[in-house]
Amino acid sequence: MCGIAGLIYRGKSSDVGAEMTSMLQALKHRGPDSTGFAVYGAPSEGDYILRFKLAEKEEIDAAGYRIGERLKARLDEIERRLEEHGVEVKSRTKATEYAYRFVIRHEGDTEALARYVEDVEGVEILSLGNSLELIKDLGDAATVAGQYELKGFTGTHGIGHTRMATESDVDIRSAHPYWAFPYNDVSVVHNGQITNYWTMRRQMERKGHRFTSDCDSELLAVYTAHNLANGVELEESLRRSISEIDGVFTYLVATRDQLGMAKDTMAAKPLVLYESDDLIVMASEEVAIRAILPQEIDTTDPYDEEVRVWQA
Amino acid sequence: MAGVESDVSERAPDDKATRDARKVPPDAELRGMSQEDRVKALGMATDQLTGRSMYIEFQPGEEERFTYPWAPDLDFNKRTEIDAGELSTTEVNQRIRALMAEGYGSIVVQNPRGKHSIGVGILNRLNLIIEGSLGYFGVGLIDGPNVRISGRVGWSCAENMMAGTVVIEKNAGSTFGAALRGGDLVCKGSVGSRTGIDMKGGTIIVGGETGALSGFMMQRGRMVVCGNAGKNLGDSMYDGTIYVGGEIKSLGVDAVKAELSDLDRKWLTRKLTQYGLMPERGVDHFTKVVAGKQLWNYDNLEPSEKKLIL
Repeated sequence: MCGIAGLIYRGKSSDVGAEMTSMLQALKHRGPDSTGFAVYGAPSEGDYILRFKLAEKEEIDAAGYRIGERLKARLDEIERRLEEHGVEVKSRTKATEYAYRFVIRHEGDTEALARYVEDVEGVEILSLGNSLELIKDLGDAATVAGQYELKGFTGTHGIGHTRMATESDVDIRSAHPYWAFPYNDVSVVHNGQITNYWTMRRQMERKGHRFTSDCDSELLAVYTAHNLANGVELEESLRRSISEIDGVFTYLVATRDQLGMAKDTMAAKPLVLYESDDLIVMASEEVAIRAILPQEIDTTDPYDEEVRVWQA
Repeated sequence: MAGVESDVSERAPDDKATRDARKVPPDAELRGMSQEDRVKALGMATDQLTGRSMYIEFQPGEEERFTYPWAPDLDFNKRTEIDAGELSTTEVNQRIRALMAEGYGSIVVQNPRGKHSIGVGILNRLNLIIEGSLGYFGVGLIDGPNVRISGRVGWSCAENMMAGTVVIEKNAGSTFGAALRGGDLVCKGSVGSRTGIDMKGGTIIVGGETGALSGFMMQRGRMVVCGNAGKNLGDSMYDGTIYVGGEIKSLGVDAVKAELSDLDRKWLTRKLTQYGLMPERGVDHFTKVVAGKQLWNYDNLEPSEKKLIL
């Protein structure tokens, strides 16, 4: 089933971390397996926020007490590789024993850097960008937000996802949002099933794109990244996806200053939309919007094949 | 057809109890009848014997009560409020039932804040007023209440409604009035996709627009859309009527346009006026959509196949 939510402020910032947490907690009944957030703060030119995880939950559980050494070795290797690339690490935050947030200063090709870091065994980069903070883990919204201290995060927009695993395993690599590797600051959340996943995935793999999971939703992130890399505007990419991707889907894409949505040709997956002059909120169910807007509001359901893009 | 033989054998014994049960008149009266009337009175007409009769064999008595036996006696002047803000869906619905048992005929639900499944399964006359918006499956499976909702409703509002009225002031989600069987379901705003899917009776009225596949597999009833309709309108509809005031993006399989008759115009005028949705330019511009009945293949089996399934 899955629940998705997104919000974007026009011309101002707010406690997006707390708001997204409340919204996704209200959608917990749509899927309690894992929760993820992609929130966007004030961009810092030249500085990148690098979020990565060192191992998957199953490996940590299986390895027992030996995992500490293994994680340390991987972290040291990442540090070494960053240094080798001439990256200055400005700050290091440990969110959990396997998930880290680095602020790095880097001039040059971030794709090559990302690929080199990810080459370390078990390591997956969750996000890389000037303003994007992407966190995801097993558990409901309150648990994940608490673990990663999301509350109080000030930003302009964000998207989030609460997952009921139907197409792949319950693990962090299959959790949303997906970062559109290697495209800085682009993230995707999706509710639905994609039926031409393998065809499209092979097509994308032939073009050199990387997949980290077997989750069909990852395709949307890769597909969006592919389009953006070819100079296609976000709105056009969303529009094309409706005819090129089969299945049922409602998905949200966030970039550094935009938030977009697309709904499949059958309008099979829900989305409720609230628009005002300075705030746009959308979620799978109205109950999530009401979690942050207690006053009386007017909401609508976007129709089939509807594509919208909002500017921060 | 299998029941014909046993039917006849049941008719054979001519004792008094059987005659009374079948409402057969006394012999003296029978003698005074013409041959044709006598045959009918005895249940011996060919159509009666073969079971093809369309006669209604009983008259519902005036004194018969068509309410559920456990239905509480309500006083519509007794009014009360429920603040749903801190309650769960189950608590709100139980509270409504408890208040009905106490005889409250007008219940106001405040602060529903998009909760799902509020006001479901009410099988009674009741004035239910919802001050705010509902989530999914609002007022589903109801039989009788008059509901007013000042906000918006989510997916599958008034699903399988049997009787009563539901009036929504703002927009509604997809599968609005799915499998509706009776009553009037009115949304003054716009509704989502698949409105009135599998509708089996009653009336759906939409003040604004409707999405794709509205009236999909509709079997009976009427749907009125004052605004535009999305693609595949009335796809695979068996029967029923759809009226659209605006543009139709495309018609579905076997949905065809029909001529608007005087009866349609009168009915539309009355219904739309009743709910304050009468367009300024009248109802002449409405397009009527009905089933082309090209998909009606139920009885086209070969005789040998028929034997197999009977």
